[in-house]
Amino acid sequence: METLIIILAGILVMVATYLILSKGLIRIVLGAAILTHAIHLLLMTMGGLKKGDVPLLGENAASYTDALPQALILTSIVINFAVTAFFLVLAYRTYQELKTDNLNAMRGFKDE
Amino acid sequence: MNNSMILPLILPVFAGVFLIFLRSFINVQRWVSFLVMVINSGISIYLLNRIQTEGILRLDLGGWAPPYGITFVADSFAMLLVLTTSIVTSICLLYAFYSIGRKREKMFFYPFVNFMVAGVNGSFLTGDLFNLFVCFEVMLLASYILLTLGSEKFQLKEALKYLTINVISSWFFLVAIAYLYGTVGTLNFAHLSVRIAEAGQTPILTVISILFLLVFSLKAGLLLYQWLPGSYSAPPTAVAALFGALLTKVGIYALFRFFTLIFYHEPAITHTLIGIMAAFTLIGGSIGAIAFNDVRQVVSYNVVISVGFVLVGLAVCTTVALQGSIYYLIHDMIVKALLFLIAGTMIMLTGTARIESERMSGLIRNYPFLGWLFFIVMLSLAGIPPFSGFIGKLLIGQGTVDSGAFILLALGFISSLFVLYSMLRIFMNCFWGETILSEDEEIPLKKRLIIPCALLAGMTAGLGLGTETIASYVMDAANTLMNPAVYNEAVLNN
Repeated sequence: METLIIILAGILVMVATYLILSKGLIRIVLGAAILTHAIHLLLMTMGGLKKGDVPLLGENAASYTDALPQALILTSIVINFAVTAFFLVLAYRTYQELKTDNLNAMRGFKDE
Repeated sequence: MNNSMILPLILPVFAGVFLIFLRSFINVQRWVSFLVMVINSGISIYLLNRIQTEGILRLDLGGWAPPYGITFVADSFAMLLVLTTSIVTSICLLYAFYSIGRKREKMFFYPFVNFMVAGVNGSFLTGDLFNLFVCFEVMLLASYILLTLGSEKFQLKEALKYLTINVISSWFFLVAIAYLYGTVGTLNFAHLSVRIAEAGQTPILTVISILFLLVFSLKAGLLLYQWLPGSYSAPPTAVAALFGALLTKVGIYALFRFFTLIFYHEPAITHTLIGIMAAFTLIGGSIGAIAFNDVRQVVSYNVVISVGFVLVGLAVCTTVALQGSIYYLIHDMIVKALLFLIAGTMIMLTGTARIESERMSGLIRNYPFLGWLFFIVMLSLAGIPPFSGFIGKLLIGQGTVDSGAFILLALGFISSLFVLYSMLRIFMNCFWGETILSEDEEIPLKKRLIIPCALLAGMTAGLGLGTETIASYVMDAANTLMNPAVYNEAVLNN
């Protein structure tokens, strides 16, 4: 099970890397979003999969899944959500101001 | 009473939240933020003295004992950096009062400065890996906003690069955390250190340590500094000074913490790698500092050089070299803030950032005080004795000699010459030469802008002359770094 999820995370990283290296602004934002999905899967896998019941004490199970990675993922999801929202707005504002979403057209260090 | 440890983190957060509701009362915003930073400096001094008498302080949030809850740990190294952060931020705020402009002040400038400082102080004080990640993100999100605030074209363009690179480095940070948790099964620094010391640093842990090296190098601008010159040139002067003084230093702090506390078992691999990266950083920074014709670029590459120089101390990793690195880190926070403030003032006065421009010439006749302040920065950066840069460079040099790292020694001191040359180039082209600005077209330099610069210059001179005053703290900090057992003992004993 772990192997399968890690391969899936690897494929997501591959797709995300390809998207981030492209020229279009929106593709980079999408790439960053997919990258975070991959890491959340990886965090989950690193805690171990299928080790027991859901971590709710009311379940009275013999063993529970590790709750710590779930808390880490939850924290990471909201942080990445905020960053992605900001990234999207920044991309939109840049498109409005510079009239382009092509990164090649934004090159160079200009003195205003 | 250990609860006072959390104040450097919590006060800016509260102040920031409180100020959001007072958007249009700019005077309240200014003085509340300033006051918070001054109180923080006071608390840091108090805590530093307590650490001297009582040893490392620990605060368990929620009363959970260390491996299970989040701990805050204050040792001398962290507190010295918190103290410097508070002082430098308060002085940069003084500069911001009269330079940042009403447009930005009304759009929550001060709350975001507070949030950024909260993130920085949190990163220094935390004793938990994931909490470090969260504090990094707090700091980074605030810095994204400070960088784009005002949304000029150049700012937006540079913010895109800055944001992308930081999203990717945060991603690597999470990957490293996931692997480390999967391997060792804990997130507390001291507990990690103890477990790795018990089981030995296996190859997989060395790989993870190199992953952490990659992450913090991206944050600190060690070798992977390509994003830095652009994004530090874009924001307004006061913000650029804060960035230059604080942001890369957090990455450097994390590198020091990780490679002295947790991953110190394989120095032949990790510390050699740090040494090689520091060497290339010094070379690249030196080339950048002399290559460009733009004051902001030159100043930004000087940040890169100093990152390389501080990391030479970590690569060598002897007590003397670590002491030197700590001195140099404190010195660098003060002087880089001053350098960015002066460069920004010059650009504001002349309306251009080009060194060989016609308008940037003979400024010393129009603005003698600014000129001499720049002269002080130049001497301090190059490490000329009466100023604060000297002692750090001396001790790092001594450490490299003791351990026979002569290539690093040579590169470090040759880079000092490049720093001096790049600064002299600005000084000679902009301050000497024919005076072009006539008396009546010269923009008056307000006292309110020059006083913060003078305060920082006074600090670098004071730190250079009064090195003895902080010597005991620095010694203690270096001892804690060299002996992880001291840290672990303080954190894990119940």
